[in-house]
Amino acid sequence: MRVELDNLSKSWDGVVGADKITLDISDGDLVAFLGPSGCGKTTTLLMVAGIYKPSGGTISFDGRVVNEVAPKDRGIGMVFQSYALYPHMTVFGNISYPLRIQKLDKAVIKDRVQKVADMMGIGDLLDRKIAQLSGGQQQRVSLGRALVKEPQLLLFDEPLSNLDARLRLTMRGEIKRLQGDLGITSIYVTHDQVEAMTMADRIAVMSKGILQAYDVPEALYDRPKTLFVAGFVGNPPMNFLDIEVTRDNGEFRAKSESIDLILPQERAEKAAAVKGKVTMGLRPEDLNLAEGTSGHSGPTLSGVAETVEPLGREDLVGVGINGVEMRVLVDKTRGVRVGDNLDLQVDPSKIQLFDPVTENSLLWA
Amino acid sequence: MTQSLEKETDTGVPAGDPTSQRSTLARRVRATATAYGFMGPAIVLVLLFFIVPGILLLVLSFTNLSSANFSDPWSYIGFDNFSRLFSDPFFPKILRNTAFYVFTTLIFFNLGLALVLALVTTNIPRRAGFFFRLVWLLPRLTPSVVYIMMWQRIGQADPFGIYNQIVPGFLGASGGNLFLGGSPWTFVILTNGFVGASFGMIIFTSALESIPKDLITAAKVDGASLWRIIRDIKLPLIKWPLLFIATYQTLSLLTSFEYILLLTEGGPGLFTTEVWALTAYKRAFSSYFGNSQWAFGATWAIVLVSVALVLAVGYVKLFKFNELIEEPRIENL
Repeated sequence: MRVELDNLSKSWDGVVGADKITLDISDGDLVAFLGPSGCGKTTTLLMVAGIYKPSGGTISFDGRVVNEVAPKDRGIGMVFQSYALYPHMTVFGNISYPLRIQKLDKAVIKDRVQKVADMMGIGDLLDRKIAQLSGGQQQRVSLGRALVKEPQLLLFDEPLSNLDARLRLTMRGEIKRLQGDLGITSIYVTHDQVEAMTMADRIAVMSKGILQAYDVPEALYDRPKTLFVAGFVGNPPMNFLDIEVTRDNGEFRAKSESIDLILPQERAEKAAAVKGKVTMGLRPEDLNLAEGTSGHSGPTLSGVAETVEPLGREDLVGVGINGVEMRVLVDKTRGVRVGDNLDLQVDPSKIQLFDPVTENSLLWA
Repeated sequence: MTQSLEKETDTGVPAGDPTSQRSTLARRVRATATAYGFMGPAIVLVLLFFIVPGILLLVLSFTNLSSANFSDPWSYIGFDNFSRLFSDPFFPKILRNTAFYVFTTLIFFNLGLALVLALVTTNIPRRAGFFFRLVWLLPRLTPSVVYIMMWQRIGQADPFGIYNQIVPGFLGASGGNLFLGGSPWTFVILTNGFVGASFGMIIFTSALESIPKDLITAAKVDGASLWRIIRDIKLPLIKWPLLFIATYQTLSLLTSFEYILLLTEGGPGLFTTEVWALTAYKRAFSSYFGNSQWAFGATWAIVLVSVALVLAVGYVKLFKFNELIEEPRIENL
């Protein structure tokens, strides 16, 4: 099912929950709504579900405006962070509930519930009470209940946030595989950018009720259109540094107290037109530790290692450069220790530049 | 003691050693004494105000104690009081009245209206809901005598009662005798129910408000209508408060008589609105010709207490209160 949101807004007594959200979801896609808590992603989801009534704008399913359609008639299935299972019913009671409301034949209900439960790997738990299940099992029941009525649209509201880290990883893959196999259009609300990056066909990044960007994951990562997107997408997050971009004899230079480097023209042209400072963004993985301490083989930054966090394969090193901390991923064989003097090599072709006032990208906006 | 002795033997200490036996005993006594020390005040209160009066009541019901009987009080008369009670010509009527009063008030008001009020006031804007609940609490905040007097002034026959004075006039009829005169039961039950409903309302409201919002959202998405949500989700989830109110209100209605006493005194006419507890009160304290038949009143009371006990046990069994304890969860994937 194709889903279109057109200028969708929600506000309560002047408090804005979602502000003019406009986006299209293609049939069969999994779209992630990504943002910090309070960004409007759940509000938007609940409007799509029909729980909240939009204050403005429209929601269309396959071209039909559904603003006034009751949740029960929208053909949706929903999975919650809290699982939202009916505690007084058994597993069978929970999964069969949507079908029982449709007053389907008992044998048909039994058959369909068993099929879905088997698919979710909980086929042998149908007689259990909800309180007797683990968190992972409960989430499977919740997923089964959403799938059993064969919905046109699946809505996930942070479904994995209450699970432990290991289980989250397993379920992440499972949901993605299931969604792909069944081809059900899905909206997946999360604050976890790794979840969004790994699962979604497209990601809608939201902040303060506003849709910041809506694009495929690689584009959000490589070509962030706003400062917020740049800072939110990617783990560990992007480093930001205030610099001035100048043009000398056709050469573009990025300058600050701690840096002076030559930028490629296609990156720097717009930034050079900005008066005063601009914000430069550098991903931790695009900063390299220079070999040796002398012999500047390229544009470098010098600083002192202030924190070292071993991540296993790499160390995440916090480097203090003139009072600004830059996070850098360093191969653990380098054995960086707190207090070490470090030279960081910058790859100018990976630099992001933002207008500090509008917070828009000076490269992609 | 056997158990502890065996234990001592197990640990290699000779079972017959008197010192070890004595120290075990001392430890036990100390532990028990602490427990009883903490429970003591409560035990004393329960004994003094619940058990002792119960026993006194029972003893009293086998005597002939009354205000007319100073010559030979406290003499044992066997089951005379009981046979007198059960052969009372009005006993069936009083029994019927009591059952009618208790269950009508319970079902239509203390449970029914309370539930409706709770469901309605939790489904409208919060402030409006709060306001309406407050309004329904007003009778409870009013001294009950004042509250009953107000109802009486409303319900009396023309020309005294406000209702019967005004409303029939509007309808073009002459002065009426609705309520206290015409249909006293309606009046008694309304008066009781309007106060009684607020207790359940408060309990049900808080229970309904504590149902996670996600559950309701899930039910809506699953296709449930408002009625199905109430029937399938909300009511089962407030089962415990519902059963509690049903049990508690049955027992308290069974023993309540003060509203009827002030409103109708069990009338009009013979035993029209007389309930069991009111009979017990009347026999014991305000019987005909100034004769307070304390022992006979106690008999009515002790039978009522027995009925209440049976009902209480019945409720506990019927509603499977012990099933409310959940089994532990099994933690695996």
